[in-house]
Amino acid sequence: MNHPTTLPVRSGRRPDRTAAIAVLIAVAMVTLGALAPILGSAQSLEADLSDHWIAITTGFTGTDVVLFGAADRRGDIAVVVTGPRGSVTVRRKDQHAGIWINAAHMRFESVPGFYVVASTRPLPAILAPAVRARHEIGMGHIPMQPQDALAGARVDEFKTSLIRTMVNRGLYRESPDTVTFLGNRLFRTRLYFPAQVPTGIYTVAVFLIRDGDVVSAQTTPLAVSKTGISGELYKFAQTSPILYGLCAIAVAMTIGWIAGAAFRD
Amino acid sequence: MEIYLPIAEMTVNPLLILGMGSVVGFLSGLFGVGGGFMMTPLLIFIGVPPAVAVATQANQLVAASVSGALAHWRRNNIDVKIGVVMLVGGGLGSAIGVWLFQLLLKLGQIDTAVSILYVLLLGFVGGSMFLESAIAVLRRRRPASRSRRNTHLWIHGLPWKMRFRRSRLYISSLVPAGIGFIGGILVSVMGIGGGFILVPAMIYLLGMPTALVAGTSLFQIIFTTAAATLMQAVTNRTVDVLLAMLLLVGGVVGAQFGTRVSGRLRGAWSRMALSALVVAVAVRLAVDLVAEPAERYSLDLPVTR
Repeated sequence: MNHPTTLPVRSGRRPDRTAAIAVLIAVAMVTLGALAPILGSAQSLEADLSDHWIAITTGFTGTDVVLFGAADRRGDIAVVVTGPRGSVTVRRKDQHAGIWINAAHMRFESVPGFYVVASTRPLPAILAPAVRARHEIGMGHIPMQPQDALAGARVDEFKTSLIRTMVNRGLYRESPDTVTFLGNRLFRTRLYFPAQVPTGIYTVAVFLIRDGDVVSAQTTPLAVSKTGISGELYKFAQTSPILYGLCAIAVAMTIGWIAGAAFRD
Repeated sequence: MEIYLPIAEMTVNPLLILGMGSVVGFLSGLFGVGGGFMMTPLLIFIGVPPAVAVATQANQLVAASVSGALAHWRRNNIDVKIGVVMLVGGGLGSAIGVWLFQLLLKLGQIDTAVSILYVLLLGFVGGSMFLESAIAVLRRRRPASRSRRNTHLWIHGLPWKMRFRRSRLYISSLVPAGIGFIGGILVSVMGIGGGFILVPAMIYLLGMPTALVAGTSLFQIIFTTAAATLMQAVTNRTVDVLLAMLLLVGGVVGAQFGTRVSGRLRGAWSRMALSALVVAVAVRLAVDLVAEPAERYSLDLPVTR
């Protein structure tokens, strides 16, 4: 159970992050595994993330966050990651005078900017539709309200298009069979966040499921924010746009001037 | 290697952006135009949001026009006085353009409006330039000398006449200011310097000597693009400095080579090549407008997240 040789690897997390995370998880799982019998009586589900903060740096191309946990005994697990909510307008192009132009539109309130469900098996196999709706598990059950209450029959058309577009952008996803049990109590999954993830506070909800119903649930937060040069530039552009604009012009003029001078005959 | 663009909120390969910048920069130096009419559609094509593409393009055009204008300045090819009159109109045009851009953004029609404007302007200007230069090549005549005698009568009737010694013109200041005004609107709404409009307008409407036209248009584009950059940064917050820097590093280098090659091109031939390029972009955009889109639905996500 003791792995003294792994300790130096942990301290050098930067050079080899994946290995370090693996070690971290291994240590955490061993600990959780040892504690599970004691905790089991108090709570039937424990879960945590390998990271609670995703930093969007200048070289950010997407990242994995590992979720690991323990249940009192075997069951099915569904993990729902929900991003920050905001209003989204869906527009439909129609042909007018031969040109495809945005015509009809519908605005939805509190649409999550990111939504991923990972589970041990496909959702219909483990949860009844009513339960999925109640716990908002699955892309068909994402709560989103059209701003116009009278939108009526067209709501489905626009809502489906919204979800399809988000899926195509890699922001919505259902990944059945990605949560795996290691033995009877421990489970883990790898949650992928692509380069275009919106920033903000996310919630990660873990559901323990038996006999088609949720027996236990736990949520944990996750923050996504911009950092490094990209983050500073973004903050600068938002907080002092006039100075940002002037700096952008100054930089452009300088580079243009240097290039012009460098290529002098 | 990949790099995350903070305002466009996407990851790109910097080499792709540098390459795009240098190719477009070369063409811009060659023809004395900003090259924005090629770059903005290219940026949108690789997935940059149109609002960010247009505003960032204004910023990168500042650098491209500074280095381009510098090369023309050393050859003494700039009429500063006429350029200053043009940029007075240009500043006003940029302001109105940014306001118009914001309005179209709110209405959700910015993509279509930008495309239609591109097709109309590029099609008309490119088409007429192509015809004119083809005729000039066939007749082996210098069109500048012909067109100066050809200028319209109503232009000579306008008030506030000024003498521009460098261009040997005595003309109403409203004409260059008006040309600059249109250039300013184009910078803000379409992310183009407007060189492909300014150059023929200066040749055919003002009757300026062809040798001075490219340098003078670049000179005034410096200021209209700077004004547009500032106003886009303040009102729409869509200027991506990181993207602009990548574009302009490639762009300025390309522009220098382009400017050198331009000296070896005959006027009519160079205009014919430019107009063919302009028409090609217009046709491409027209096809996209008319063809049924693969995805009819689009989303307006919150700009600031």
